[in-house]
Amino acid sequence: MSLLELRSVTADYEGLLALRGISLHANEGEITALLGANGAGKSTTLNVICGLLPTRSGQVRFAGEDISHLRPDRVVRRGLTQVPEGRLLFDDLTVRDNLLLGAYSRMRRESRRRIEEDIDGVCELFPILAEFADRRAGTLSGGEQQMLAVGRALMSAPRLLLLDEPSAGLAPKAVSEVFARIQALCRRGTSVVLVEQNVSAALKIADRGYVLEVGQIVLEGTAEELLANRDVQRAYLGKDYEEV
Amino acid sequence: MSLTDQIVQYLVTGVSIGAVYGLVGLGLAIIFNATGVINFAQGEFVMLGGMCAVAFTGLGMPLIVAALLSIAVVTAVGLLVERLAIRALPRASIITLIIATIGASFVLKGGAKLLWGPEAVILPSFSGHAPLHIGAAGIDPQRVWVMGVALVSVIGVQLFFKYTLTGKAMQACAINRSAAQLVGININRMVSLSFGLSAALAAIGGIVLTPVTMMRYSQGATFTLTGFLAAVVGGLGNGIGAVVGGIMLGVLEALAGGFVDVATRGLIHSGYSKAIALAVALLILWLRPQGLLGRRERESA
Ligand SMILES: Nc1ncnc2c1ncn2[C@@H]1O[C@H](COP(=O)(O)OP(=O)(O)OP(=O)(O)O)[C@@H](O)[C@H]1O
Ligand SMILES: [Mg+2]
Repeated sequence: MSLLELRSVTADYEGLLALRGISLHANEGEITALLGANGAGKSTTLNVICGLLPTRSGQVRFAGEDISHLRPDRVVRRGLTQVPEGRLLFDDLTVRDNLLLGAYSRMRRESRRRIEEDIDGVCELFPILAEFADRRAGTLSGGEQQMLAVGRALMSAPRLLLLDEPSAGLAPKAVSEVFARIQALCRRGTSVVLVEQNVSAALKIADRGYVLEVGQIVLEGTAEELLANRDVQRAYLGKDYEEV
Repeated sequence: MSLTDQIVQYLVTGVSIGAVYGLVGLGLAIIFNATGVINFAQGEFVMLGGMCAVAFTGLGMPLIVAALLSIAVVTAVGLLVERLAIRALPRASIITLIIATIGASFVLKGGAKLLWGPEAVILPSFSGHAPLHIGAAGIDPQRVWVMGVALVSVIGVQLFFKYTLTGKAMQACAINRSAAQLVGININRMVSLSFGLSAALAAIGGIVLTPVTMMRYSQGATFTLTGFLAAVVGGLGNGIGAVVGGIMLGVLEALAGGFVDVATRGLIHSGYSKAIALAVALLILWLRPQGLLGRRERESA
């Protein structure tokens, strides 16, 4: 069953249409890639899904329920959150406090011990975070910040995680590390929607994917299908006509 | 009385009034961090704190009960201001919201005049009038109360932000609203909380200060403006900076009031003490635009 479903979603920025009727779905237990050029509307799509930006029309459904009109803090409580573009860490707070606040939505329902255990769990996944627990988040390197951003999102114990360009600004080695972690996450049961500029890396770990152009979906398919597609190869994988 | 004794006396006067400016500035910083708005009704909370305490003790309540009840009432007024001037205008620009708080200040001032009339009212000192002596300087014990209570309040606020989950969530909100929402923080709740907390701080200042200076319905604006200046001099958005700024302004005002007139052989009247404090504050901002403890604004790309 699909965990997330968008039905003809449109959205605008002060009247300027940014999404022109997006329909897509993401299956439970899978990585779904969302690809497209700069300004195609990838981040906008993620922001609409998690409630940061209102839909103008259409429906966002999560786990069978309409969440189109929920505030982001309510959406998180349903098990859906985002690692936003630019990471948006709480720079002045410590690494540990960033992780703790990541679990904010669970504080009322769950014991502090349970949450501390989960912080330990995230630190196992990203050992660097345990090492730097008392440092201010703003002082971490780009790669470390990305891990903290993912770790913070995981602290809300999401069923579905939206990742907006997790490889942005990372050295190739850090990119492969982050992608390996994303794959590990998915195997442990967190479904993922992955927005990426790094198309080849994204399609290597994705199950299915969509290509966005100016606020519309122009292509969808399994990762293999997309990798084999001529347009995708030409536009995103930097291959020439001759090679294709 | 020797010069040192005089200085001690003026310092105590300055620090105690400055501590109240500091509480106002701290409240302004808390609201500014949560909303980006300067709350021009902040000084009215000081006035209301004092007025309510006088009214409640007048009804025969013991001081401590009257004080706590006053804080509760003013906190409720703060929450109401947030509802009516901020939350009711979700799409308004910052400048519109600031004007809305100015509107709220007029309403509160008018309401206070209706309820309590135009006369200044006074609250009995908390522990008598017998002055404490430091050397030959006699110090009004109530001023010690003002400084002590302000200090405890400021420390309490710092501990709240540093060690409680809600305090951290408020900071998270100030750092990045979207990210705060994505971890499940309800922004509206944090904004309410910032108004409630700031109103409570201002009320505390008003209650402890009223036995010293008396309180009148029209006094709020002075606290707002001096508190605002304190917050800006300290580095807008920096709570401790605002407290430091407030104390500095209070001390400048007291020293200017005490000495200027003598030092300039009557050329500058001591009535200009507020203007002198203001001039020094502007000089500081001219030399250090980000304020005493403020961070330099990040260059925008
Ligand atoms: N806050 C905003 N206000 C106005 N227009 C915006 C805003 N954010 C995005 N847009 C516009 O909406 C369109 C889609 O932007 P979006 O950020 O979703 O693209 P994207 O696919 O994430 O691009 P990138 O790969 O560069 O991150 C663009 O034309 C962009 O200029
Ligand atoms: Mg983007």
